[in-house]
Amino acid sequence: MEDDAPVIYGLEFQARALTPQTAETDAIRFLVGTQSLKYDNQIHIIDFDDENNIINKNVLLHQAGEIWHISASPADKGVLATCYNKTTDSRVQACAAVWRMPKELESGSHESPDDPASTAQTLELLCHLDNSAQGNVACVVWEPMGDGKKVISLADSHILLWDLQPSSSQAVLASSAALEGRGQLKFTAGRWSPHHNCTQVATASDTTLRGWDTRSMSQIYCIENAHGQLVRDLDFNPNKQYYLASCGDDCKVKFWDTRNVTEPVKTLEEHSHWVWSVRYNHSHDQLVLTGSSDSRVILSNMVSISSEPFGHLVDDDDVSDPEEHHAEKSKEPLQDNVIATYEEHEDSVYAVDWASADPWLFASLSYDGRLVINRVPRALKYHILL
Amino acid sequence: MAAAAAVGPGLGSGPGDSPEGPEADAPERRRKAHGMLKLYYGLSEGEVAGHPAGPDPLDPTDLNGAHFDPEVYLDKLRRECPLAQLMDSETDMVRQIRALDSDMQTLVYENYNKFISATDTIRKMKNDFRKMEDEMDRLATNMAVITNFSARISATLQDRHERITKLAGVHALLRKLQFLFELPSRLTKCVELGAYGQAVRYQGRARAVLQQYQHLPSFRAIQDDCQVITARLAQQLRQRFREGCSGAPEQAECVELLLALGEPAEELCEEFLAHARGRLEEELSSLEAELGPSPPAPDVLEFTDRGGNGFVGGLCQVAAAYQELFAAQGPAGAEKLAAFAQELGGRYFALVERRLAQEQGGSDNSLLVRALDRFHRRLRAPGALLAAAGLSESATEIVERVARERLSHHLQGLKAAFLSSLTDVRQALAAPRLAGKEGPSLAELLANVASSILSHIKASLASVHLFTAKEVSFSNKPYFRGEFCSQGVREGLIVGFIRSMCQTAQSFCDSPGEKGGATPPALLLLLSRLCLDYETATISYILTLTDEQFLVQDQSPVTPVSTLCAEARETARRLLTHYVKVQGLVISQMLRKSVETRDWLSTLEPRNVRAVMKRVVEDTTAIDVQVGLLYEEGVRKAQSSDSSKRTFSVYSSSRQQGRYAPSYTPSAPMDTNLLSNIQKLFSERIDVFSPVEFNKVSVLTGIIKISLKTLLECVRLRTFGRFGLQQVQVDCHFLQLYLWRFVADEELVHLLLDEVVASAALRCPDPVPMEPSVVEVICERG
Repeated sequence: MEDDAPVIYGLEFQARALTPQTAETDAIRFLVGTQSLKYDNQIHIIDFDDENNIINKNVLLHQAGEIWHISASPADKGVLATCYNKTTDSRVQACAAVWRMPKELESGSHESPDDPASTAQTLELLCHLDNSAQGNVACVVWEPMGDGKKVISLADSHILLWDLQPSSSQAVLASSAALEGRGQLKFTAGRWSPHHNCTQVATASDTTLRGWDTRSMSQIYCIENAHGQLVRDLDFNPNKQYYLASCGDDCKVKFWDTRNVTEPVKTLEEHSHWVWSVRYNHSHDQLVLTGSSDSRVILSNMVSISSEPFGHLVDDDDVSDPEEHHAEKSKEPLQDNVIATYEEHEDSVYAVDWASADPWLFASLSYDGRLVINRVPRALKYHILL
Repeated sequence: MAAAAAVGPGLGSGPGDSPEGPEADAPERRRKAHGMLKLYYGLSEGEVAGHPAGPDPLDPTDLNGAHFDPEVYLDKLRRECPLAQLMDSETDMVRQIRALDSDMQTLVYENYNKFISATDTIRKMKNDFRKMEDEMDRLATNMAVITNFSARISATLQDRHERITKLAGVHALLRKLQFLFELPSRLTKCVELGAYGQAVRYQGRARAVLQQYQHLPSFRAIQDDCQVITARLAQQLRQRFREGCSGAPEQAECVELLLALGEPAEELCEEFLAHARGRLEEELSSLEAELGPSPPAPDVLEFTDRGGNGFVGGLCQVAAAYQELFAAQGPAGAEKLAAFAQELGGRYFALVERRLAQEQGGSDNSLLVRALDRFHRRLRAPGALLAAAGLSESATEIVERVARERLSHHLQGLKAAFLSSLTDVRQALAAPRLAGKEGPSLAELLANVASSILSHIKASLASVHLFTAKEVSFSNKPYFRGEFCSQGVREGLIVGFIRSMCQTAQSFCDSPGEKGGATPPALLLLLSRLCLDYETATISYILTLTDEQFLVQDQSPVTPVSTLCAEARETARRLLTHYVKVQGLVISQMLRKSVETRDWLSTLEPRNVRAVMKRVVEDTTAIDVQVGLLYEEGVRKAQSSDSSKRTFSVYSSSRQQGRYAPSYTPSAPMDTNLLSNIQKLFSERIDVFSPVEFNKVSVLTGIIKISLKTLLECVRLRTFGRFGLQQVQVDCHFLQLYLWRFVADEELVHLLLDEVVASAALRCPDPVPMEPSVVEVICERG
């Protein structure tokens, strides 16, 4: 069974920011934010037609500045948040804002216009996450299961929880907390846990991973020296509440059980340079995607620490005898392995993510503006499903 | 003869034959005479000879036949023969008749002579016999006289002889009786004198008689007396036996005597063993006392000697005496002895093991081996004597166990030696920085470590080798010939050590100090070189040495040299890679800090190369020197030595124009990407943390790659002002000037630095590059 070839899409500008349109559950749609200091930055809405293997794109202007991070609201398809750099004469200020895209683009399937310049539309600003007091915003994360009213932004050493007003026209700072410690500590990444009723957020700063309780805005766990060098990204296992993955400049991907912060559960060392992004598949948490500045994307199969350590259980009704059931389980101990290494990129890959609508599809974005959409190998897909 | 007999009778048929004369006829005649005799006895000549009869004996025409009828013969002749033949027959006949006549005469004459001589002889005999007859008569008379005398003497002596015989009988009886009557007193005396042996012999002699005649009162009395005395005797013997101050041989004697006295053997042998146990236990407890709760115990050799002489010797004596005394006991007795020996032997072994365990920490192998040798040798005698007790096997087991422990002790020793030599290296590495003067160079340190490890290995091999020395009694046991050599020494000690060395070295790679602090990089480098040396030469040398010293006869599989070498090589590679990572990280951190902490937007126009770049070059040079001490130069792409200038000019002018120019003109935003992509198409992908080869150039290439890639990624995260970009330009040019010489392929440095500058340009809203000539001037100045 031959796998479909990857689909490659090129942007004109450098790009670092990539997110799936989280609220969209039917179409495969990614949002990409560009980085350019000289031209107006854009947000590309990229629709992927799985059947025809065709990409449709729509471009939105993002005139506020170059985009460092982008995240889509889990509740409203049209709403997204960006972190962007505002460059004034001698100052670079990283800000964050919530935007709404024009209605007709929300659900995509818009005819791809031949001349992008003429139809380029502008985002509608909903509100700024005004943080001039707290410094540069590194990322914005939405509450994953909520109604799209809660947002956390990480600004330098502060973690800020915002409540968006019903029309999203205004963001109210609900609570905040600050890192305390020697030196200038800066958050580099953060994720909102989908477990525990969405009350936990994990952040990365320097080599440390921290967990926060959003109700009290207090630290609940701390993994010191999670990586030998800077931690670049982290992600929660969608199915196992205590598991999270992290990656960093020591070229490693580590898997943690937050109940035991002294030792990683597992360590992968497949990349040959800094790992910038790590993502669990939303439904099959054995599939872990990583992107690195060695220009590679690696898809790993971490069966042993996934929620399905013995493979997909076909049908529990089939097995009447529990002992037999157990024997059947243990007879196929699956091995962790690298499923595939994707080498379509020629520059550092700073972002990877899974499509929200199709669990077998993922996109990766490299600095030179190349977006590559790949699929999980069919053989593996059927192995997991059947 | 039969043929002659057949022909002979045919005289008539073959006239004119047998011309030889009377001599030749003599057997013929005799035959004829025989034939007649046979005829008389009714046997045909042919039958006798076992041959078919010739011519019919009843043939009347046969001249020599018994039924010869002259008439028929003549008639036949006349009828059948012509005249001439008749005439011939006739003359022949006449001649034969004459010959027969003369024969007859000769015979008669001869016989007559003989007859006459015989007559003479008979006459002479007649005279002789007459004389003899007279003498015989005289003899007979004399004999008669003698007989007469003899009869008279016998008659006279008859009576006295009988009396003498009776007296002799009485005498013997009396002596026996006397012995019996004297027996009690004798026994008493013997007992008093302590001549128990004599007493027991007397008693033994008398016992049967007394038993037989005990119905007589007098004998009964004697017997009773004897029994009393015997009981006393037995009492005394037992007493002596129990007192036990006497040595084993005397005791054995006592037991023998007691046995002879008919004491129950079962009980005796119990008692004997109990007694022996007492004595041996004393030995054991004295040995135990020597063990003591705390040394100073005597050295192990003395200990085993004492144990061997005291306990094992005693056990031997006991066993020998027991077997001699209680041989009659059969298998049950032997079992008892075996159990006895087993129990005591077990305790002895426990003591010996405790003592040997104290010796485990010690370093003197030769003493230990000698002690084990004595111990083992000593136990072979009772082993032979008491095969069932299995003492010899247990002893061998103990020796084997000690040998195994010894091996593991040596392995520990080697590991410790390795670690301590590493500690020395660490100290030596730390020292020069403090003292400020040149310490020993890395190469020297490496040589020191290598030689100290090798000498430790050799020392261990030598001391372990003592176990297999020919003169050692246990060296020919199968364990020491096979498993000890191959599994123990080769696999356990040598291979185990090399493996643990590799593991120890590898553990430095995984040390928690990932931030680069814990292990000094020089140590990593040194270890890597050490492992590489092991891979190339030392491992095979050590294993050859081992195989030679311990001629391995065991067929069990051993780790091949190649596997070990591969492991060592892998370790060396990992260490070197880790070294590269650590050093690269050090420089990376420097670069990163320098990029992250600076405000690039509001920086001033560059006047100098930033200090951090100089520092980077210095550090790289230092690393180059450090690596150069241990690793060979390696291959770099052939390029002339002064190529730096030229390539630089290309880099800074033509390339810059070719590559950066478009991005500075705001008209063509696509070109930047396009050009950089095209450029990338033609350059190979750079694997930043790629494995390194074992040479200096490769190591430095790795370090520089890591550093420059870091610089690139950091630059991409910042925004630059015009002067910021120019500063990056200057810095990169400076790095370019100095770093090219360290790497295998200078193109790589160009590529990375190009990319840094390109990225900086992209991250600059107002990219105005500095004039290449100015850049050069600044770099040359600073």
